[in-house]
Amino acid sequence: MTLLLVLPVLIPLLTAVASLLAWRSRRVHRWMAMTGASALLVSAFALLKQVSERGIHALQIGDWPAPFGITLVADQFSAIMVAVTGFMGFCVTLYSLAEMDRPRESFGYYPLLMVLLMGVSGAFLTGDLFNLYVWFEVMLMASFVLLALGGEEAQLEGAIKYVTLNLISSALFLAAVGILYGIAGTLNMADLSVKLKEPAHRGLITTVAMLFFVAFGIKAAAFPLFFWLPASYHTPPVAVSAIFSALLTKVGVYSLIRTFTLLFVGEPGYTHAWILVVGGLTMVTGVLGAVAQLEFRRLLAFHIVSQIGYLLMGLGLLTAAALAGSVYFMMHVIFAKSALFLVSGVVYRLRGTYDLKKLGGLYGPHPWLAALFLIAALSLAGIPPSSGFFAKLALIRAGLVDGQYGIVVAALGVSLLTLFSMIKIWNEVFWKKAPETRSGGSPGDTRDRRVSPLSAASIVLVCAAIVAMGLAAEIFLSLAVEAGRQLMEPDAYVRAVLGEGR
Amino acid sequence: MEPVLAVAVGVLYAAGLYLMLRRSIVKLILGLALLGNAANLLIFVAGGLTRTAPPLIAEGETRPDGLFADPLPQALILTAIVIGFGVLAFSMVLAYRAHQIVGADDLDRMKGTDT
Repeated sequence: MTLLLVLPVLIPLLTAVASLLAWRSRRVHRWMAMTGASALLVSAFALLKQVSERGIHALQIGDWPAPFGITLVADQFSAIMVAVTGFMGFCVTLYSLAEMDRPRESFGYYPLLMVLLMGVSGAFLTGDLFNLYVWFEVMLMASFVLLALGGEEAQLEGAIKYVTLNLISSALFLAAVGILYGIAGTLNMADLSVKLKEPAHRGLITTVAMLFFVAFGIKAAAFPLFFWLPASYHTPPVAVSAIFSALLTKVGVYSLIRTFTLLFVGEPGYTHAWILVVGGLTMVTGVLGAVAQLEFRRLLAFHIVSQIGYLLMGLGLLTAAALAGSVYFMMHVIFAKSALFLVSGVVYRLRGTYDLKKLGGLYGPHPWLAALFLIAALSLAGIPPSSGFFAKLALIRAGLVDGQYGIVVAALGVSLLTLFSMIKIWNEVFWKKAPETRSGGSPGDTRDRRVSPLSAASIVLVCAAIVAMGLAAEIFLSLAVEAGRQLMEPDAYVRAVLGEGR
Repeated sequence: MEPVLAVAVGVLYAAGLYLMLRRSIVKLILGLALLGNAANLLIFVAGGLTRTAPPLIAEGETRPDGLFADPLPQALILTAIVIGFGVLAFSMVLAYRAHQIVGADDLDRMKGTDT
C-alpha cells in the first residue's frame, strides 16, 4: 500500500524512459503514452481511495527516519490533486493522439508530457521543501521544452518570457529555502511545522513567508506577477495549453496552500490578509483582461489568471470551510478550463483561426461541440447546477461567515464578467452568422476539417467530470471538506510523517 | 567571513537584476546565471559557515563526534548547481533559436505575443 505513493511518480518516469528507448517509432510513443496515462489514472484513483478511507499516508524513501530522509506524503488534498492530474493527463493524451502534428510527435512530445506529469505528481506528493524545488524544476524543464517544441516565432517569443519569469521565481524559491534552513535547520515540512511554532524569529519567518509568497505567486500567476501567462500560454498547440492551464499554475497554488497552512500560520493577520488582497486583485485584473480580448485562447489565458484569484481567496480566509471551497474550486476550474481550451482547439481545426471576429456559425453544423462548450462555459461562470456554482457558493459562504465582504463583492462581480465574456465567445463562435470572407478557407488549405472521435471523446470525458461535479456535488464536496479539515489541523500530517511520538 | 560573503551575495543579486533589465537576450541569460549563483551562495551563508571537521561518522556510532561542518547546505547547493546548469543550457539554446528566427537580440522586438 505504500507502493501507491510512489506509483504516480514512477509510472510516468518509466513510460518516458521506455519511450526514449524507442525514440524512432512514433507509433510506440503513442501506445506508450496511452498505456502510461491509463496506468497513472488508475494508480492515482487508487491512492485517492486509500487516503480517503485510511487517512494520511507517509513514506520514508530508503527507510531514513523522517526529518533526515526524503519523505513522500499524501493527505487528502495531495491525493485529490494527484487524481485530477491523472485524469487530465489521460484526457490530454487522448486529445493529443488525435490533434498533435507529426513533427512534434517525432521530437518526443509524449515522453515530455510524461515527464511533466511526473514533475507535477512529485510536487503534489513531496513532504520536503527542497524536494518541492527539485520537482518544480523537473516540471519546468519539461514545460519549457513543450512550450518551445515546434519552434514557431510566437512560441519562441512566448517561451523567453515564460522561461525568464519562471527562473526568477525558482531563484527566489531557492533563496527562501536556504534562509529557512538557516533559521530552522530542517526542510522537512512536518518538522518545520513543529519548529516554526516556537515564537523565536517571528519577524524573520514572516519575511521568508513573503519571499515564498512571491516565488509561488509568480508560478501561480497571481497579481501583479501574471503577465508572463497571457504572453505565452496561447502560443503552443492546444493540447499543451490545456495541460499547462490545468496543472502548472495549480502547482503554484497548491504550494501556496501547503506552505501557508502548514508552515507560515504564525501571523495570519499579516500574511493571509495580503493573500486575500492579492486574490481579489488577481480576480479583477484577470477578468478585465479577458473582457478586452478578441482572440479565443488569449481570452481563456486571462481567465486562468482570474480563476487563480478565487483559489487564493479560500487560502486568505483561512477557515476549514474556505479551504474546502478552494479545493473544490481547484478541481472544478481544472476541468472547466481545460475543456474550454480543448474546444478552442477543435474550433481551430474546423475553421483555421482563433480570431473571434472571423469565426461564426458553428452551432448549425456542430451542435454537440456547442453543447460541450456551453457546459464548460456556464460552469466557469458559476450557473447552477454546474460545478462552478457549488465551488463559488462554498467560497462566498465562507467569505460571508468570516465577514470579508470586500472579497465577496469582488468574487460576485467577477462571476458576472466571466459570464459576459463566455457569452461573448458563444455569440462570436457559435451563434452569429459566419462571416463571408473566411480566412480559414485560404487556397491550398488541405486541412482535415472533421472532428476526430478521439478528441471529441476527450472533451466529452472532461465535460462529464464537470457535470458529475455538479450533479453529485455531495460526494466531491465531502472530499473537499475532509481536505480542508486536514489542512486546518496539521497535527495529523505531522504525526503521519514524524511518527506517533511527536 | 560572513559579512564578506553577504556583500558578495548582494552584489551578485544586484548585478544579475541589472543585467536582466537590459534589452539584450544574452545579458538576460547572464543575469539569470548570476541570480542562480547568488541564491546558491545565499544558501551557503545561511546554512552557517563553520570551519571544523568534516561530518564523518566513526565506526559503531550513529552521529559524528563533536563539532562538524553541516553537509546539507552543500548537498543542496550541489543539486541546485546541477539543475541551474541544465536550465541555463536550455535557455542559451532557446535564445539562440529565438535570435535565428526573430532576427534580433533585442527583447523590445519580441512583443508579438504580448497583449
